[in-house]
Amino acid sequence: MSAVTTSFPNTAAEWRLPSRGKVAMAGLIIAESAIFTIFVVAYLFYLGKSITGPTPQDVLETPIFYTICLLSSSLTIHLAAKCLARGIGFAFLGFWLLTIALGGLFLYGTAQEWHRLIYEHGLTISTNLFGTTYYSLVGLHAFHVTAGLVMLVTVAVFGLCGRVEVKQSGHIEVLSMYWHFVDAVWVVVFTVVYVLGR
Amino acid sequence: MSSNAITIPGTQIESRPWVDELHQWLTTVDHKRLGILYILSALLFLAIGGVEALIIRIQLMRSHNDFVSPEVFNRMFTMHGTTMIFFVAMPVLFGFANYLVPLMIGARDMAFPRLNAFSFWLSFLGALLLYFSFLGGTGLYGAGSAPDVGWWSYAPLGSRAFSPGHSSDYWTLALLVSGFGSIGTAINIIATILCLRCPGMKINRMPLLVWLNLVMAGMVLIAITPLSAAQIMLLIDRYLGGHFFDTQAGGSAVLWMHFFWIFGHPEVYILIIPCFAFMSEIIPVFSRKPIFGYPVMVGATVCIAFVSMSVWAHHMFTIGMNSYANSFFTLTTMAVGVPTGIKIFNWIGTMWGGRIQFKTPMLFSIGFLFQFLIAGLTGIMMACSPFDWQLSLSYFVVAHFHYVIVGGILFALFGAFYYWYPKMTGRMLSERLGKWHFWLFLIGFHLTFDVMHIPGVLGMPRRIYTYEPGRGWDTLNFIITIGAFIQALAILVFLANLIISYFKGARAGNDPWDAWTLEWSLSSPPPAYNFATVPTVASRRPLWDLKHPEDPDSRYE
Repeated sequence: MSAVTTSFPNTAAEWRLPSRGKVAMAGLIIAESAIFTIFVVAYLFYLGKSITGPTPQDVLETPIFYTICLLSSSLTIHLAAKCLARGIGFAFLGFWLLTIALGGLFLYGTAQEWHRLIYEHGLTISTNLFGTTYYSLVGLHAFHVTAGLVMLVTVAVFGLCGRVEVKQSGHIEVLSMYWHFVDAVWVVVFTVVYVLGR
Repeated sequence: MSSNAITIPGTQIESRPWVDELHQWLTTVDHKRLGILYILSALLFLAIGGVEALIIRIQLMRSHNDFVSPEVFNRMFTMHGTTMIFFVAMPVLFGFANYLVPLMIGARDMAFPRLNAFSFWLSFLGALLLYFSFLGGTGLYGAGSAPDVGWWSYAPLGSRAFSPGHSSDYWTLALLVSGFGSIGTAINIIATILCLRCPGMKINRMPLLVWLNLVMAGMVLIAITPLSAAQIMLLIDRYLGGHFFDTQAGGSAVLWMHFFWIFGHPEVYILIIPCFAFMSEIIPVFSRKPIFGYPVMVGATVCIAFVSMSVWAHHMFTIGMNSYANSFFTLTTMAVGVPTGIKIFNWIGTMWGGRIQFKTPMLFSIGFLFQFLIAGLTGIMMACSPFDWQLSLSYFVVAHFHYVIVGGILFALFGAFYYWYPKMTGRMLSERLGKWHFWLFLIGFHLTFDVMHIPGVLGMPRRIYTYEPGRGWDTLNFIITIGAFIQALAILVFLANLIISYFKGARAGNDPWDAWTLEWSLSSPPPAYNFATVPTVASRRPLWDLKHPEDPDSRYE
């Protein structure tokens, strides 16, 4: 009943295939991009269509500092992954924790902005179309940052226990792909919400 | 067994207690078992969706009929559509992809076996959620049970005001959950195909089934996700008081249509491309010729995938778009006919001059070719927006898309069942019952769906509950219903064949069809680990090379 052993002649000796983790993450990023595209389209489509206030011009302030935080965290996670690949565990951990701090700072910025909008301007998700589209788009992004932070913290815990080594650098690179994607989405969201949308 | 050092799972099934066996099936991460679970769950919901179709047909059998109430009728067509697309067609195609792709590329499993199991159970849970609405959909409002606003759930019908209770919530959550399952499976299929090919299985040597499933999975990533996004928006509207599709607060009902059909039209191609894949494996084997035009086939598929992303608004000609949009979507829709036509010619080119064996899988394939062609032609008719203004939302449209889904997708699937059942179970399906199944289903299909075009042209709207006598619809509808019951009978023959042949069918052996792809080099059913030694291949038809060492394909590549 065992399987027939099959081998076929004239096969090339070298056989290289891409890493399945990276391919899968690329697939996830494509799928997520499509989801974000739909939310961005909805945001742009409904710009200026709100029947009641407040409008983006009235209440939105450009979060430049927190944007710099998030975008520079792409650099730190890249450096962390590079350090791990070269086996410099100490520097890896340092850059990794810095990435978490920058990501956390960004989330704090979003929280502060939402607090201001809700308590000072009375803008909630059900106030008007601007509220609905703004909180869904920025919230969807913040959700992805949160999910990323959960994964980053998990790795950090393993790292602090000394369990992250060179052989895991493939996995770390997959995670950093996700983080870069979250940053890239923010560039789009920032442009749409804070530049074009005002 | 004592001489055998390795015990092979799957060879000693009889000796295990059934609870143990059940536990193994429920916790499995084996791509073959998950594939079979996908297929079995699809068959279950095929039966349920089929009963719903029969209820619709009995209600429409004669004028002024009141077999069911209008409310139940609305639930039946909503559930029938949702079930057949999301919980029959998608799972059964994912099931075949799961089962066949790793075997055809010489891999031992999918790239992510646990993600695979997770995706299956998400999809199955979605189906259960949808059907739980019959019990739990009433909510506190005493309003309705199962979803009853059509499978598009057009705004504002899906909003709280028009769908009180929880019927639309179950619909939304079911589609969201199963959509996440689909995305997981698609990622898995892509990673498997790109990263787990056996040595020598270059991208231009992959069997066409693998190629086409790769394209299908890529489309799932881009096309299912807009639906998920729209479902999230609908949930925000229903639960958080959002205004995405709330026209009274400036929202747009048309935006929902766009989002739904940006998913909805590529979905048709997500379903039909795996069926093209079945055809591209079955037709060459039963014509005893290699596929005609392999690179063109791949190119045409990729082309279909791209063009199909820009045709969605042909579902919306009647909402009053401007003439530029109408012209654009008319042209793109007609453009899809070109690569599809290339494929049909390639299959005919494969059969041309071949020694055709009219076994049951081939019969269904030939049925597919003719019917899919006619379905495509009525599609071209309705791509003309003025023609569509006349016939949109009539039974002509219902006849057209059932011609695609039943005449195309289901026929191809039946062919695939007859072709790969021996590999999955180790037993041949009965040819005699298979021929009964084919002819009964063919007659029933044409009686129902050929005739259904006519009441559509005569003005019978889709989703109508009942109609006045004397409009010339009565006899036609009666014939359609008779055809539906003949199809149901054919499905019963098919199910009987599946069950009887499982116990009493002839032993299949490794390679009953004298085929050329890697799955036929294994025992039937294959062992849990698939390949004892990972094979290496040198051409598109590795088994041909093995069987004909004097004249291998690899010499000509």
